[in-house]
Amino acid sequence: MLSQDKRHIIAKRIAEELEDGQIVNLGIGIPTLVSEYLDNKEVFLQTENGLLGMGPPATEENLDIDLINAGKEPVSYLKSASFFSSADSFALIRGGHVDVAVLGILQVDIHGEIANWAVPNQPILGVGGAMDLVTGAKKVIVAATLFAKDGTSKLVKELTYKTSGIRKVDLFVSEYAVIKFTEEGPRVVEILEDISIEELSEKVGFQLEFENAFHIQNFI
Amino acid sequence: MIKVIESSEIRKLFKSGDQILTGGFGLSGAPLTIIDELLETDITDLIVVSNNLGDLGQGLHKLFIQGKIRKAIGSFFSINREAVIAWSKGELEIDLLPQGTLAEAIRCGGAGIGGFYTKTAVGTELAEGKEERVIDGERYIFEKAIKGDVAIIKAAKADRLGNLVYHTTARNFNPMMATAGKIVIAEVDEIVEVGELDPEYIVTPHAYVDYVIQSKYSKVGSEYVESR
Repeated sequence: MLSQDKRHIIAKRIAEELEDGQIVNLGIGIPTLVSEYLDNKEVFLQTENGLLGMGPPATEENLDIDLINAGKEPVSYLKSASFFSSADSFALIRGGHVDVAVLGILQVDIHGEIANWAVPNQPILGVGGAMDLVTGAKKVIVAATLFAKDGTSKLVKELTYKTSGIRKVDLFVSEYAVIKFTEEGPRVVEILEDISIEELSEKVGFQLEFENAFHIQNFI
Repeated sequence: MIKVIESSEIRKLFKSGDQILTGGFGLSGAPLTIIDELLETDITDLIVVSNNLGDLGQGLHKLFIQGKIRKAIGSFFSINREAVIAWSKGELEIDLLPQGTLAEAIRCGGAGIGGFYTKTAVGTELAEGKEERVIDGERYIFEKAIKGDVAIIKAAKADRLGNLVYHTTARNFNPMMATAGKIVIAEVDEIVEVGELDPEYIVTPHAYVDYVIQSKYSKVGSEYVESR
Protein backbone atom coordinates (compact mmCIF):
# COMPACT_ATOMS: atom_id res chain seq x y z
CA MET A 1 0.00 0.00 0.00
CA LEU A 2 1.28 3.48 -0.83
CA SER A 3 1.94 5.65 2.17
CA GLN A 4 -0.47 8.28 0.82
CA ASP A 5 -3.26 5.66 0.72
CA LYS A 6 -2.53 4.62 4.30
CA ARG A 7 -2.77 8.20 5.44
CA HIS A 8 -6.17 8.60 3.79
CA ILE A 9 -7.50 5.34 5.23
CA ILE A 10 -6.59 6.61 8.68
CA ALA A 11 -8.09 10.07 8.11
CA LYS A 12 -11.32 8.62 6.71
CA ARG A 13 -11.76 6.28 9.67
CA ILE A 14 -11.16 9.06 12.17
CA ALA A 15 -13.77 11.23 10.44
CA GLU A 16 -16.31 8.50 11.31
CA GLU A 17 -15.60 9.11 15.01
CA LEU A 18 -16.60 12.76 14.83
CA GLU A 19 -20.13 13.90 15.54
CA ASP A 20 -22.33 16.82 14.56
CA GLY A 21 -21.79 19.89 16.69
CA GLN A 22 -18.38 18.93 18.02
CA ILE A 23 -15.49 21.36 18.46
CA VAL A 24 -12.50 19.61 16.92
CA ASN A 25 -8.81 20.45 16.71
CA LEU A 26 -6.88 18.72 13.93
CA GLY A 27 -3.11 18.54 14.28
CA ILE A 28 -0.57 18.78 11.49
CA GLY A 29 -0.07 15.87 9.04
CA ILE A 30 -2.58 12.99 8.83
CA PRO A 31 -5.01 14.76 11.23
CA THR A 32 -5.38 17.65 8.76
CA LEU A 33 -6.60 15.16 6.12
CA VAL A 34 -9.57 14.28 8.34
CA SER A 35 -11.29 17.49 7.19
CA GLU A 36 -11.53 16.00 3.67
CA TYR A 37 -13.87 13.26 4.96
CA LEU A 38 -16.35 15.20 7.09
CA ASP A 39 -18.98 15.10 4.32
CA ASN A 40 -22.10 16.74 5.68
CA LYS A 41 -21.20 16.62 9.33
CA GLU A 42 -21.35 19.99 11.06
CA VAL A 43 -18.07 19.90 12.91
CA PHE A 44 -16.43 23.15 14.07
CA LEU A 45 -12.69 23.14 13.52
CA GLN A 46 -10.56 25.06 15.97
CA THR A 47 -7.01 26.10 15.22
CA GLU A 48 -4.88 27.06 18.21
CA ASN A 49 -3.54 30.27 16.71
CA GLY A 50 -6.97 31.76 17.33
CA LEU A 51 -9.87 30.62 15.15
CA LEU A 52 -12.98 28.54 15.70
CA GLY A 53 -14.85 27.75 12.49
CA MET A 54 -11.94 27.16 10.15
CA GLY A 55 -12.90 26.54 6.53
CA PRO A 56 -11.06 24.83 3.66
CA PRO A 57 -7.56 25.87 2.54
CA ALA A 58 -7.46 29.34 0.99
CA THR A 59 -7.80 29.63 -2.78
CA GLU A 60 -6.10 32.15 -5.02
CA GLU A 61 -9.28 34.27 -4.85
CA ASN A 62 -9.65 34.43 -1.07
CA LEU A 63 -5.95 34.24 -0.09
CA ASP A 64 -5.14 36.36 2.97
CA ILE A 65 -1.79 35.43 4.53
CA ASP A 66 -2.80 36.82 7.93
CA LEU A 67 -5.40 34.05 8.05
CA ILE A 68 -3.53 30.79 8.69
CA ASN A 69 -3.86 27.52 10.55
CA ALA A 70 -1.48 26.16 13.18
CA GLY A 71 0.66 24.72 10.37
CA LYS A 72 0.98 28.28 9.00
CA GLU A 73 -0.97 27.40 5.84
CA PRO A 74 -3.47 29.97 4.52
CA VAL A 75 -7.05 28.91 5.23
CA SER A 76 -10.56 30.30 5.01
CA TYR A 77 -13.23 30.68 7.67
CA LEU A 78 -16.90 29.82 7.89
CA LYS A 79 -19.85 32.14 8.53
CA SER A 80 -20.05 30.84 12.08
CA ALA A 81 -16.40 31.62 12.80
CA SER A 82 -14.88 33.60 15.64
CA PHE A 83 -11.35 34.92 16.12
CA PHE A 84 -9.62 35.21 19.49
CA SER A 85 -6.21 35.62 21.08
CA SER A 86 -3.75 32.81 21.81
CA ALA A 87 -4.58 33.05 25.54
CA ASP A 88 -8.29 32.59 24.83
CA SER A 89 -7.53 29.82 22.37
CA PHE A 90 -5.58 27.83 24.93
CA ALA A 91 -8.19 28.51 27.61
CA LEU A 92 -10.53 26.75 25.20
CA ILE A 93 -8.08 23.86 24.87
CA ARG A 94 -6.81 23.46 28.45
CA GLY A 95 -10.18 24.26 29.94
CA GLY A 96 -11.78 21.20 28.33
CA HIS A 97 -13.95 23.05 25.80
CA VAL A 98 -12.54 21.23 22.77
CA ASP A 99 -14.46 17.99 22.26
CA VAL A 100 -11.89 16.11 20.21
CA ALA A 101 -8.22 16.64 19.41
CA VAL A 102 -6.76 14.54 16.60
CA LEU A 103 -2.99 14.37 16.91
CA GLY A 104 -0.07 12.79 15.14
CA ILE A 105 2.35 10.70 17.20
CA LEU A 106 5.82 9.21 17.19
CA GLN A 107 4.84 6.55 19.74
CA VAL A 108 1.91 5.51 21.89
CA ASP A 109 2.32 3.08 24.77
CA ILE A 110 -0.09 0.31 25.76
CA HIS A 111 -1.74 2.60 28.31
CA GLY A 112 -2.32 5.39 25.79
CA GLU A 113 0.47 7.74 26.86
CA ILE A 114 1.98 9.42 23.79
CA ALA A 115 5.22 10.91 22.54
CA ASN A 116 4.63 13.45 19.77
CA TRP A 117 7.00 16.38 20.15
CA ALA A 118 10.64 15.42 20.53
CA VAL A 119 12.46 13.49 17.83
CA PRO A 120 15.25 11.44 19.45
CA ASN A 121 18.86 12.51 18.98
CA GLN A 122 17.85 15.88 17.63
CA PRO A 123 17.81 19.21 19.43
CA ILE A 124 14.41 19.70 21.04
CA LEU A 125 13.45 23.23 20.24
CA GLY A 126 9.80 22.99 19.36
CA VAL A 127 6.69 21.92 21.22
CA GLY A 128 3.94 24.25 19.96
CA GLY A 129 0.49 23.35 21.23
CA ALA A 130 1.06 19.58 21.41
CA MET A 131 1.19 19.28 25.20
CA ASP A 132 -1.76 21.61 25.78
CA LEU A 133 -3.93 19.59 23.39
CA VAL A 134 -3.00 16.24 24.96
CA THR A 135 -3.76 17.63 28.39
CA GLY A 136 -6.94 19.52 27.74
CA ALA A 137 -9.13 18.06 24.98
CA LYS A 138 -12.11 16.02 26.19
CA LYS A 139 -11.22 13.18 23.84
CA VAL A 140 -7.88 12.58 22.15
CA ILE A 141 -7.59 10.45 19.02
CA VAL A 142 -4.13 9.75 17.68
CA ALA A 143 -3.44 9.15 14.02
CA ALA A 144 -0.35 7.47 12.62
CA THR A 145 0.81 4.71 10.34
CA LEU A 146 1.53 1.74 12.58
CA PHE A 147 5.20 1.44 11.67
CA ALA A 148 7.97 4.00 11.53
CA LYS A 149 10.26 4.23 8.49
CA ASP A 150 12.74 1.88 10.19
CA GLY A 151 9.98 -0.72 10.57
CA THR A 152 9.53 -0.40 14.33
CA SER A 153 6.04 -0.34 15.79
CA LYS A 154 4.71 2.99 17.05
CA LEU A 155 2.52 1.06 19.50
CA VAL A 156 5.00 0.14 22.24
CA LYS A 157 5.00 -1.39 25.70
CA GLU A 158 6.94 1.55 27.04
CA LEU A 159 7.75 4.91 25.43
CA THR A 160 11.36 5.29 24.39
CA TYR A 161 10.75 8.82 23.10
CA LYS A 162 9.96 11.74 25.38
CA THR A 163 6.42 11.81 26.74
CA SER A 164 3.99 14.59 25.81
CA GLY A 165 2.20 14.34 29.15
CA ILE A 166 0.63 11.95 31.62
CA ARG A 167 -2.85 12.13 30.09
CA LYS A 168 -3.79 8.92 28.26
CA VAL A 169 -5.35 9.16 24.81
CA ASP A 170 -8.62 7.43 23.95
CA LEU A 171 -8.11 5.95 20.52
CA PHE A 172 -5.26 5.10 18.14
CA VAL A 173 -6.20 4.78 14.47
CA SER A 174 -3.58 3.30 12.17
CA GLU A 175 -3.97 1.84 8.68
CA TYR A 176 -4.28 -1.63 10.25
CA ALA A 177 -6.58 -1.19 13.19
CA VAL A 178 -8.56 1.00 15.54
CA ILE A 179 -7.25 0.51 19.06
CA LYS A 180 -8.90 1.69 22.25
CA PHE A 181 -6.98 2.15 25.50
CA THR A 182 -8.61 0.64 28.57
CA GLU A 183 -7.60 -0.06 32.19
CA GLU A 184 -6.77 -3.58 31.06
CA GLY A 185 -4.58 -2.42 28.20
CA PRO A 186 -5.01 -1.77 24.48
CA ARG A 187 -8.05 -3.37 22.84
CA VAL A 188 -8.54 -3.76 19.10
CA VAL A 189 -11.95 -2.32 18.23
CA GLU A 190 -11.75 -2.89 14.50
CA ILE A 191 -9.33 -4.20 11.91
CA LEU A 192 -9.05 -2.12 8.74
CA GLU A 193 -6.70 -4.36 6.73
CA ASP A 194 -6.93 -7.91 5.48
CA ILE A 195 -4.90 -9.22 8.38
CA SER A 196 -5.61 -11.46 11.39
CA ILE A 197 -5.11 -10.27 14.93
CA GLU A 198 -2.36 -12.90 15.29
CA GLU A 199 -0.48 -11.48 12.31
CA LEU A 200 -0.99 -7.98 13.64
CA SER A 201 0.30 -9.02 17.08
CA GLU A 202 3.38 -10.54 15.47
CA LYS A 203 4.10 -7.34 13.57
CA VAL A 204 3.70 -5.20 16.69
CA GLY A 205 5.76 -7.58 18.80
CA PHE A 206 3.25 -8.42 21.52
CA GLN A 207 -0.16 -10.04 21.84
CA LEU A 208 -3.13 -7.83 21.02
CA GLU A 209 -6.67 -8.62 22.05
CA PHE A 210 -10.05 -7.73 20.64
CA GLU A 211 -12.31 -5.54 22.70
CA ASN A 212 -14.88 -8.34 22.83
CA ALA A 213 -15.25 -11.83 21.47
CA PHE A 214 -17.97 -10.87 19.03
CA HIS A 215 -15.87 -8.54 16.98
CA ILE A 216 -16.66 -7.59 13.43
CA GLN A 217 -13.79 -7.42 11.02
CA ASN A 218 -14.34 -4.48 8.77
CA PHE A 219 -12.31 -5.03 5.62
CA ILE A 220 -11.79 -2.21 3.21
CA MET B 1 -1.30 62.95 24.31
CA ILE B 2 0.38 62.20 20.99
CA LYS B 3 0.92 58.52 20.52
CA VAL B 4 1.27 58.35 16.76
CA ILE B 5 4.95 58.77 15.93
CA GLU B 6 7.31 58.21 13.02
CA SER B 7 8.71 54.68 12.97
CA SER B 8 12.32 55.91 13.23
CA GLU B 9 11.48 57.64 16.54
CA ILE B 10 10.98 54.31 18.28
CA ARG B 11 14.68 53.38 18.04
CA LYS B 12 15.43 55.32 21.22
CA LEU B 13 12.88 53.31 23.20
CA PHE B 14 15.08 50.20 23.27
CA LYS B 15 18.31 49.41 25.09
CA SER B 16 20.73 46.51 25.02
CA GLY B 17 19.68 43.59 27.20
CA ASP B 18 15.96 44.39 26.97
CA GLN B 19 13.38 41.64 27.14
CA ILE B 20 11.15 42.26 24.14
CA LEU B 21 7.70 40.71 23.79
CA THR B 22 7.11 40.28 20.06
CA GLY B 23 3.69 39.48 18.63
CA GLY B 24 3.06 37.11 15.75
CA PHE B 25 2.57 33.51 14.81
CA GLY B 26 5.07 33.02 12.02
CA LEU B 27 4.78 36.30 10.16
CA SER B 28 1.04 36.67 10.71
CA GLY B 29 0.61 39.48 13.21
CA ALA B 30 4.34 40.17 13.49
CA PRO B 31 5.45 43.83 13.79
CA LEU B 32 7.75 43.76 10.74
CA THR B 33 8.31 47.53 10.53
CA ILE B 34 9.29 47.80 14.22
CA ILE B 35 11.72 44.91 13.82
CA ASP B 36 13.26 46.66 10.80
CA GLU B 37 13.79 49.75 12.96
CA LEU B 38 15.52 47.63 15.61
CA LEU B 39 17.92 46.47 12.92
CA GLU B 40 18.99 50.09 12.44
CA THR B 41 20.11 50.42 16.06
CA ASP B 42 23.31 49.17 17.67
CA ILE B 43 21.52 47.58 20.59
CA THR B 44 22.26 43.93 21.22
CA ASP B 45 21.99 41.14 23.79
CA LEU B 46 18.21 41.02 23.51
CA ILE B 47 15.89 38.49 25.08
CA VAL B 48 13.02 37.92 22.71
CA VAL B 49 9.71 36.44 23.82
CA SER B 50 7.83 35.18 20.79
CA ASN B 51 6.11 32.00 19.63
CA ASN B 52 8.91 31.49 17.10
CA LEU B 53 11.70 33.48 15.44
CA GLY B 54 10.02 34.86 12.35
CA ASP B 55 10.32 33.15 9.03
CA LEU B 56 12.83 32.86 6.20
CA GLY B 57 14.60 36.18 6.24
CA GLN B 58 11.68 38.17 7.62
CA GLY B 59 10.64 39.46 11.01
CA LEU B 60 12.62 38.21 14.00
CA HIS B 61 14.67 35.99 11.73
CA LYS B 62 16.46 39.15 10.49
CA LEU B 63 17.18 40.23 14.04
CA PHE B 64 18.54 36.80 14.85
CA ILE B 65 20.78 36.72 11.76
CA GLN B 66 22.23 40.08 12.82
CA GLY B 67 23.25 38.51 16.13
CA LYS B 68 21.12 40.81 18.26
CA ILE B 69 19.30 38.03 20.10
CA ARG B 70 20.96 36.42 23.13
CA LYS B 71 17.99 34.40 24.28
CA ALA B 72 14.65 33.33 22.86
CA ILE B 73 11.64 32.34 24.96
CA GLY B 74 8.91 30.68 22.93
CA SER B 75 7.22 27.48 21.82
CA PHE B 76 8.49 26.57 18.38
CA PHE B 77 12.02 27.13 17.10
CA SER B 78 12.76 23.81 15.40
CA ILE B 79 11.83 24.95 11.90
CA ASN B 80 14.50 27.63 12.08
CA ARG B 81 17.70 25.77 11.12
CA GLU B 82 20.10 28.57 11.98
CA ALA B 83 18.52 28.96 15.41
CA VAL B 84 18.98 25.23 16.03
CA ILE B 85 22.63 25.44 14.98
CA ALA B 86 23.26 28.55 17.09
CA TRP B 87 21.65 26.85 20.07
CA SER B 88 23.79 23.72 19.67
CA LYS B 89 26.95 25.90 19.53
CA GLY B 90 25.87 27.68 22.71
CA GLU B 91 25.41 30.99 20.89
CA LEU B 92 21.69 31.22 21.55
CA GLU B 93 19.85 30.40 24.76
CA ILE B 94 16.39 28.95 24.37
CA ASP B 95 13.59 28.59 26.89
CA LEU B 96 10.96 26.30 25.46
CA LEU B 97 7.38 26.55 26.74
CA PRO B 98 4.17 24.93 25.55
CA GLN B 99 2.29 27.43 23.40
CA GLY B 100 -0.62 27.73 25.83
CA THR B 101 1.73 28.21 28.77
CA LEU B 102 3.55 30.96 26.88
CA ALA B 103 0.27 32.75 26.12
CA GLU B 104 -1.01 32.44 29.69
CA ALA B 105 2.31 33.52 31.23
CA ILE B 106 2.18 36.77 29.23
CA ARG B 107 -1.49 37.27 30.07
CA CYS B 108 -0.62 36.92 33.76
CA GLY B 109 2.35 39.23 33.36
CA GLY B 110 0.06 42.00 32.16
CA ALA B 111 -2.69 41.29 34.68
CA GLY B 112 -0.69 41.58 37.88
CA ILE B 113 -0.57 37.83 38.49
CA GLY B 114 2.77 36.34 39.55
CA GLY B 115 2.27 32.94 37.97
CA PHE B 116 -0.15 30.06 37.64
CA TYR B 117 -0.54 26.31 37.95
CA THR B 118 -1.18 24.31 34.80
CA LYS B 119 -1.64 20.62 33.97
CA THR B 120 0.11 21.10 30.64
CA ALA B 121 3.58 19.47 30.54
CA VAL B 122 3.22 17.66 33.90
CA GLY B 123 5.49 14.61 33.82
CA THR B 124 7.44 15.80 30.77
CA GLU B 125 10.94 17.14 30.27
CA LEU B 126 9.50 20.67 30.17
CA ALA B 127 8.34 20.30 33.79
CA GLU B 128 11.84 19.61 35.09
CA GLY B 129 12.81 21.91 37.94
CA LYS B 130 9.30 23.34 38.22
CA GLU B 131 7.26 23.21 41.41
CA GLU B 132 4.52 20.59 41.32
CA ARG B 133 1.33 20.69 43.31
CA VAL B 134 -1.77 18.50 43.54
CA ILE B 135 -5.04 20.42 43.32
CA ASP B 136 -8.32 18.51 43.69
CA GLY B 137 -6.47 15.28 43.03
CA GLU B 138 -4.76 16.40 39.82
CA ARG B 139 -1.11 17.25 39.22
CA TYR B 140 -0.18 20.78 38.18
CA ILE B 141 3.12 22.62 37.66
CA PHE B 142 3.87 26.23 38.50
CA GLU B 143 4.75 28.61 35.68
CA LYS B 144 5.95 32.14 36.31
CA ALA B 145 4.39 35.12 34.59
CA ILE B 146 6.34 36.81 31.77
CA LYS B 147 6.72 40.56 31.31
CA GLY B 148 8.73 42.66 28.92
CA ASP B 149 10.74 45.86 28.96
CA VAL B 150 9.14 46.62 25.63
CA ALA B 151 6.22 44.94 23.83
CA ILE B 152 6.14 45.28 20.05
CA ILE B 153 2.84 44.29 18.54
CA LYS B 154 0.89 44.41 15.29
CA ALA B 155 -2.77 45.33 14.86
CA ALA B 156 -4.98 46.12 11.89
CA LYS B 157 -6.22 49.54 12.98
CA ALA B 158 -5.52 52.03 15.72
CA ASP B 159 -7.21 55.29 16.51
CA ARG B 160 -5.03 58.21 17.55
CA LEU B 161 -5.37 57.28 21.22
CA GLY B 162 -4.15 53.72 20.60
CA ASN B 163 -7.38 51.71 20.75
CA LEU B 164 -6.69 48.61 18.67
CA VAL B 165 -8.57 46.15 16.51
CA TYR B 166 -6.98 43.12 14.89
CA HIS B 167 -7.44 41.14 11.69
CA THR B 168 -8.30 37.40 11.69
CA THR B 169 -5.55 35.12 13.06
CA ALA B 170 -3.03 37.98 13.04
CA ARG B 171 -4.43 38.68 16.52
CA ASN B 172 -2.65 35.70 18.18
CA PHE B 173 -0.26 36.83 20.97
CA ASN B 174 -0.68 40.56 20.36
CA PRO B 175 -3.51 41.39 22.81
CA MET B 176 -1.68 39.79 25.76
CA MET B 177 1.65 41.32 24.84
CA ALA B 178 -0.04 44.72 24.69
CA THR B 179 -0.72 44.37 28.41
CA ALA B 180 2.66 43.06 29.55
CA GLY B 181 5.30 45.51 28.32
CA LYS B 182 6.60 48.52 30.28
CA ILE B 183 6.59 50.30 26.92
CA VAL B 184 4.10 49.14 24.30
CA ILE B 185 4.53 50.00 20.63
CA ALA B 186 1.79 49.05 18.18
CA GLU B 187 2.39 48.84 14.45
CA VAL B 188 -0.83 49.13 12.45
CA ASP B 189 -2.02 49.04 8.86
CA GLU B 190 -4.34 51.99 9.30
CA ILE B 191 -4.61 54.92 11.71
CA VAL B 192 -8.07 56.43 12.13
CA GLU B 193 -9.62 59.25 14.14
CA VAL B 194 -10.98 58.71 17.63
CA GLY B 195 -14.62 57.64 17.33
CA GLU B 196 -14.18 55.73 14.10
CA LEU B 197 -13.66 52.41 15.83
CA ASP B 198 -16.80 50.88 17.32
CA PRO B 199 -16.21 50.64 21.10
CA GLU B 200 -17.97 47.25 21.09
CA TYR B 201 -15.26 45.81 18.85
CA ILE B 202 -12.11 47.30 20.32
CA VAL B 203 -9.93 44.41 21.53
CA THR B 204 -7.08 46.37 23.13
CA PRO B 205 -8.12 49.53 24.98
CA HIS B 206 -5.76 52.49 24.56
CA ALA B 207 -4.72 52.35 28.23
CA TYR B 208 -2.21 49.65 27.31
CA VAL B 209 -0.67 51.33 24.29
CA ASP B 210 2.10 53.94 24.47
CA TYR B 211 3.01 54.50 20.82
CA VAL B 212 1.46 53.81 17.45
CA ILE B 213 3.32 53.66 14.16
CA GLN B 214 2.15 53.15 10.60
CA SER B 215 3.25 49.77 9.15
CA LYS B 216 5.40 49.94 6.04
CA TYR B 217 4.38 46.46 4.97
CA SER B 218 1.42 45.27 2.98
CA LYS B 219 0.20 41.89 1.84
CA VAL B 220 0.95 41.07 -1.76
CA GLY B 221 -0.23 37.58 -2.69
CA SER B 222 1.53 35.17 -0.38
CA GLU B 223 4.09 37.67 0.93
CA TYR B 224 4.44 40.63 3.25
CA VAL B 225 6.18 43.28 1.17
CA GLU B 226 7.74 46.54 2.31
CA SER B 227 5.81 49.04 0.25
CA ARG B 228 5.85 52.46 1.86
